[in-house]
Amino acid sequence: MNTLEFTNEVWVFIEQRDDNPADVSFELLCKGQKLADAMGGILKSIVIGSGIDKIVEKTFTYGADEALVIDHPSLKTYETLRYAGILNDLVKKNVPRIVLFGATVIGRDLAPRVASHTKSGLTADCTDLQISDVTYLKQNHPKLLLQIRPAFGGNIIATIITPDVPTQMATVREGVMELQPLEKPKKGKITKIEYKPNPLDELVKIIEQHREESKVNLKAAPIIVAGGYGLATKENFRLVEELAHAIGGEVAGSRAAVDAGFVTPDRQVGQTGVTVRPKLYIAVGISGAIQHRAGMQDSNKIIAINNDPEAPIFDIAHYGIVGDATEVLPAFIEVYKHKLK
Amino acid sequence: MYNSIVLVKQVPDTANISGKVMKDDGTVNRAKLPAIFNQEDKVALELALQVKERYGGKVTAITMGPPRASDILRECLYLGADETYLISDRKFAGADTLATSYVLCEAIKKIGGYHFIFAGRQAIDGDTAQVGPQTAEKLNIPQITYTEEIIEVSEGKVKARKKIDGGYEIIECKLPVLLTVLKDAVQPRPFSAKRVMAFKGAKSLMDLEKLTEENSLLYIDKLTHEYEERGLYIKTLTMDDLKLEDNRCGVKGSPTKVYKVESVVLAGGSHKKVEATKESLGELIDQLMSDHIFG
Repeated sequence: MNTLEFTNEVWVFIEQRDDNPADVSFELLCKGQKLADAMGGILKSIVIGSGIDKIVEKTFTYGADEALVIDHPSLKTYETLRYAGILNDLVKKNVPRIVLFGATVIGRDLAPRVASHTKSGLTADCTDLQISDVTYLKQNHPKLLLQIRPAFGGNIIATIITPDVPTQMATVREGVMELQPLEKPKKGKITKIEYKPNPLDELVKIIEQHREESKVNLKAAPIIVAGGYGLATKENFRLVEELAHAIGGEVAGSRAAVDAGFVTPDRQVGQTGVTVRPKLYIAVGISGAIQHRAGMQDSNKIIAINNDPEAPIFDIAHYGIVGDATEVLPAFIEVYKHKLK
Repeated sequence: MYNSIVLVKQVPDTANISGKVMKDDGTVNRAKLPAIFNQEDKVALELALQVKERYGGKVTAITMGPPRASDILRECLYLGADETYLISDRKFAGADTLATSYVLCEAIKKIGGYHFIFAGRQAIDGDTAQVGPQTAEKLNIPQITYTEEIIEVSEGKVKARKKIDGGYEIIECKLPVLLTVLKDAVQPRPFSAKRVMAFKGAKSLMDLEKLTEENSLLYIDKLTHEYEERGLYIKTLTMDDLKLEDNRCGVKGSPTKVYKVESVVLAGGSHKKVEATKESLGELIDQLMSDHIFG
């Protein structure tokens, strides 16, 4: 296929809830700008909602060259069919080369519908995105999007490509890409697009909505104490909470700890949770599967506490303590409190 | 009366993987993996069975997969499904979520007569959560993803609670609708011993073909007919049965390709070993304090 017919536009869907833009959308703009630069292309933000001028302006501070804006009272709250209908039409008409979505509940509801409608490739939960020339099955594909993610229980890292269709789509979890606002916002272009209601939209009604902005902000925490399945019981997991409390850190957990009910999902660190870069990350009873490491390996200092000296977590730790968490944690807390006196 | 189609998937037990499971072309060698019923799909089936018990109707479980995926369809029968379909063809191999949703959509259209389509939110082998919404889009019907509860069904509408980021939503939606279901929505029932006895001999077309290969006295058409009569036939749909476009199935119909796989190589990084003694922990804490991480 002749790649010259493809556009060079990178699009980022800007998610907002109750008019608050999602961090992950801006993180994706920052990454999207790098991708656009590597492609010699341009970055566009797609902003859908009602009364969203401020959000539109903000996308220019994160690198958007242009904003496609669909502003209408009936778009205030995300609803699958309305939003998917808009994006389906936009993608079909403009054929962007790349479209990125946050891997949030909304992003994971919306992106597959758009990919299905436009027959685009879609890769979920990427932990890295790069632009590279690729030779695949003896065909040269210049400037393709490499969609990198752990797969199969963390046994492998897979690089996915979408060589033969015009639009490459990917979702990325919050925190994976770093937020770097521009020193000087771009003077972006605003393109307003008219919203045409569709009879299908009336099939669904939101009757009630309850949302509490999470009080948990792992991304901003300088110290994180995370527990894993190795703690074995919820009682033992309390020790993680006690240590976090003592040293002024936030509590987090591995996916296994979340699945076991030791800790709530909003505190999950890893590929399918949040990616964090704290000053100190203490991993307790976490073996260190690649999906977990993907979410914390850029921490400034890592302390691993595990009774298995062969646990892979030690390979990325700066300090390793081999021992039983039920003994190490109380001792750590006691010594720490003593030092503060 | 509300009829449901439930999308179920047999998945490799990714929590218990060992050895080399990737083929050279980067796809998964499923034959080498222990296979299980994807848990969220079992929850989806339970919700469908509960809708049937409350309002009447029929529950049809369908799976796309290799012949051995009939294992989980038998399990669906043990749990209470009225009817099952195996959608299987060599040409489906290597399908990504887009190609899968195309096949499922065409199978669902052929089966027809549904008010609900239930599916697990995601399957543990890929965790993508894409096939449900992609199928709904192709069927041009609404969807409720991340469903936590079905509150009620009346007058051709369903009221359901779904998870959103930071909370939940109550949604009312006209039928037909596709719902993807979270693990904790309901607790799946155990197998019914009676149904296990009744259906353990249920077989798909491929299962029966195997029997005819092993015994030249058996004829496939006759055998299929016999199993249908006994209510033990797992209906089987292939590429031809569904009149599918070749270039939209399997590897050919999949826009995403695995370009590269790398085994995870542990860096074997050097970390400082700290003894689990109070003295050593004290030294570590001193170090962190002087690094201005603590205090």
